[in-house]
Amino acid sequence: MSYIIEGKTGDWEVVIGLEIHAQIISQSKLFSGAATAFGAGPNTQVSLVDAAMPGMLPVINEECVRQAVKTGLGLKAKINLHSVFERKNYFYADLPQGYQISQYAEPVVGEGTVVLDMPDGGSREIGIERLHMEQDAGKSMHDQDPKRTFVDLNRSGVALMEIVSKPDLRTPEEAGIYLRKVRSIVRYLGTCDGNMEEGSMRADVNVSVRKTGETELRTRTEIKNLNSVRFVMKAIEHEAQRQVQAYDNGEEVVQETRLYDSQKGETRSMRSKEFAHDYRYFPDPDLLPVELTEDEVEAIRASLPELPDETKQRLMDDFGLTPYDAGVLVAEKETVAFFEAVVEECGDPKLAANWVINQMPRELKRSGKSIENSPVSPQNFGKLLNFVLNDTVSTSAANTVIGIMYVDGDDPVAIIKDKGLEQITDSGEIEAAVDQVIAGNPDQVADFQGGNEKAIGWFVGQVMKSTGGKANPKMVNELLRTKLKG
Amino acid sequence: MSTPAPTELTDLTITAAADGMAKGDFSSEELTQAHLGAMEIAAGLNAFITPTPDLALERAKESDARRATGDAQGPMDGIPIAVKDLFCTDGVLTTAGSHILDGFKPPYESTVTTNLRDAGAVMLGKTNLDEFAMGSANVTSYYGPVKNPWKGNDGKDLVPGGSSGGSAAAVAARIALGATGTDTGGSIRQPASFSGIVGLKPTYGRCSRWGIVAFASSLDQAGPLTRSVADAAHMLGAMAGHDPKDSTSAPIPVPDFAAGLDAGVKGLKVGIPKEYTLDGMPPEIEALWTQGMDWLKDQGCECVEVSLPHTKYALPAYYIVAPAEASSNLARYDGVRYGLSLDGDSLDEMYEATRGEGFGDEVRRRVLIGTYVLSAGYYDAYYIKAQRVRTLIADDFRKVFEDVDVLLTPTAPSAAFAIGEKMDDPVAMYLNDVFTVPASMAGLPAISVPAGLDANGLPLGLHLIAKPFDEETLLRVAQSLEDAAGFTARPGATP
Repeated sequence: MSYIIEGKTGDWEVVIGLEIHAQIISQSKLFSGAATAFGAGPNTQVSLVDAAMPGMLPVINEECVRQAVKTGLGLKAKINLHSVFERKNYFYADLPQGYQISQYAEPVVGEGTVVLDMPDGGSREIGIERLHMEQDAGKSMHDQDPKRTFVDLNRSGVALMEIVSKPDLRTPEEAGIYLRKVRSIVRYLGTCDGNMEEGSMRADVNVSVRKTGETELRTRTEIKNLNSVRFVMKAIEHEAQRQVQAYDNGEEVVQETRLYDSQKGETRSMRSKEFAHDYRYFPDPDLLPVELTEDEVEAIRASLPELPDETKQRLMDDFGLTPYDAGVLVAEKETVAFFEAVVEECGDPKLAANWVINQMPRELKRSGKSIENSPVSPQNFGKLLNFVLNDTVSTSAANTVIGIMYVDGDDPVAIIKDKGLEQITDSGEIEAAVDQVIAGNPDQVADFQGGNEKAIGWFVGQVMKSTGGKANPKMVNELLRTKLKG
Repeated sequence: MSTPAPTELTDLTITAAADGMAKGDFSSEELTQAHLGAMEIAAGLNAFITPTPDLALERAKESDARRATGDAQGPMDGIPIAVKDLFCTDGVLTTAGSHILDGFKPPYESTVTTNLRDAGAVMLGKTNLDEFAMGSANVTSYYGPVKNPWKGNDGKDLVPGGSSGGSAAAVAARIALGATGTDTGGSIRQPASFSGIVGLKPTYGRCSRWGIVAFASSLDQAGPLTRSVADAAHMLGAMAGHDPKDSTSAPIPVPDFAAGLDAGVKGLKVGIPKEYTLDGMPPEIEALWTQGMDWLKDQGCECVEVSLPHTKYALPAYYIVAPAEASSNLARYDGVRYGLSLDGDSLDEMYEATRGEGFGDEVRRRVLIGTYVLSAGYYDAYYIKAQRVRTLIADDFRKVFEDVDVLLTPTAPSAAFAIGEKMDDPVAMYLNDVFTVPASMAGLPAISVPAGLDANGLPLGLHLIAKPFDEETLLRVAQSLEDAAGFTARPGATP
């Protein structure tokens, strides 16, 4: 997959790196016992430590460390047995301590790899530079009062992992696939819920461009705080275009932080390097270094669930699914779990894959539900597929049934009975319907008998229509052929 | 059985007062009343920022009730003490000696003061200190300087030392039987020396820092100021202990520090670091130091000269590390959540107004130094180098402690000086801590014991340093020094 921007002075390629900030799933914050639930009333989840009261001290939440290590293992990365929390010093109203506690020189996770499934069926390896733990800041609200700013400290101290990629990404699409893949991995691991709307995952994107064939990296800019895959891709497109235009016009690209304006579809400067903060990092003297043992890491490794790459391979090996279908199914762990439960019920993985990939998202969307609160159980989903397999209902009737299942209730048996959707397999009944259609359409019969064999489809449609979609299409087809040719 | 007069009650040691209460000679309420009376009389010392007489009497009565039912908690139960106003106290104004904490009443109690309360101690009030514990003379407090209850022959008002100046003055002036202090580079030991009392800085990690307003986190350590070594042992026993809320607090049990005090020092090896001889040190201090060696030799110690080659770098390195940490620790005082808050037309203006008004000169100086040494381009040259020096200093101590049990040095290079002196020369002021800072940098336990008077009639302390978490040996040797010195002089100041 190549992504070339044709500029006035030649062809340009884009070099992209992502910093993903992922909220660690844990009962309490990184250094305090306060809760972390989303959507609580302002300043209701704030401990004395989070509010940086005098004399308060941070104490590391060991669960967060285990979650970070787990994520590192999921990213096939090196785990550093010794890591250090430092203070990143800057003033802001929603940063109560006046510093953020973050890992800097010695992060808990080092280099790793993420494999991307490309749309063409191939794959790409993207390097992970590091993963470190840090605490989140609070939230400043400038729109609550004409003169004042309000501060909500619920997020203050919430544990984040920053996952930094190497500058290995080359297209906006790849960046999107990478972000989705990392989200998929952390969700499989249960270390981050990956919910970008609620802010539990967001990304900073580093973008630079260079002439095709160049090997050195040019100056990069950083686009901060992107909270959807689409915005990440759009922001990269706009920023790469802007940089190419700048070079083409003989201007320089300045190393700076930029913001993406999704309304205007552009990036704009936030602060340039000359105004960059000097964060004065130094090891936090309130905390001891994090020391892990090989045994602890191995225990975490042993607890790892199956990850998307492994599940995908298993679906291909065990069920004979195509790489594409398997890839689609494993992208969300809820989807693959649903799929496997459906297969258990109906025993036909290919049919199950087809329906879970196509019908399920369509019906979820139509009924405004998500897979987490699916109104249809995989057992009932599978039962319906069984009715298709044993010819109790036609595929088209099954499509009607599933639509009802997602809206009104989930028992396919009751729906089929209620709506009288059992497939007609009684040959007498079908024959009568076939005869009626043949008798009523002499022109079409002549057309078919004159050699237009394709007209058979039209006849099948008519019979299905007259039987309310309930006739067994295979039997209809056979009977029609016999009668029309006869 | 006659009740001792109030003046006599205030003259007791903690040990004697505990005995008296146990015997029923007097109650904690009477003992507390006597001290509250002394506090009023000595109000001119400015030792207290916030007296808490009502709270004290309430707790004294609780103590008496416990004693009546046989539930007394040990040697600290019912003992009136003063608390340095750097310890957060539930519902009681906590200032750190700074304008910026105006009106701040914490909804929580520090671990150390909680421990003391649990041991039955009665808090008389919150004592004055250098602003954020930054000073060696108790002259940087927003609440004004503290006067030393001692006066020299010339009658001038003297500093009590700092930063725990109010605590030292309160104990020396018989307003409290003991007081909590904190020591970052000498802030317990130097004022103890200036005020003729005992000051103990335990091993870093022995006492929890939770709830103590932070100055320099890797150095701050709480400890007692008392009028006897035994009292220091009892009080430390009540203050110390592992605290899961402080990651740097040591997960080790607290021994009975008082148990082995009288075991004697025969056969102990005492190191005399040659680098602690300073040019221009007053001859009286040199003489006292030699006297201290003789006292210990007389009791069966062997004194040997040792070398701590990196000693001279300790003070400069300290004045990089401590301000660096302070500059970050004090960033939270921004006017947003508590304390002083001044308006501005922007967030930056609000910060400037609040912090400009809220911090005094010395605090600002250290915040600026600390910010500078952590800045890009200077970090390696200053902060990293200072940390390396710190490691070398700790190595020096580790090596000599392979051979000796304790080290003996003077506590401070001078006796108390007049209020107003050294104010325009920060470096001269910083030199007060030249003998106390190295042990702080290495996290070692150290104690100042009053040992004699100078020609001007002012007290001088001797300083002992021991191995990490070996407060027991430290106190045992201190007891021997105390016994030998027989220091009975007391301040005669009438403020």
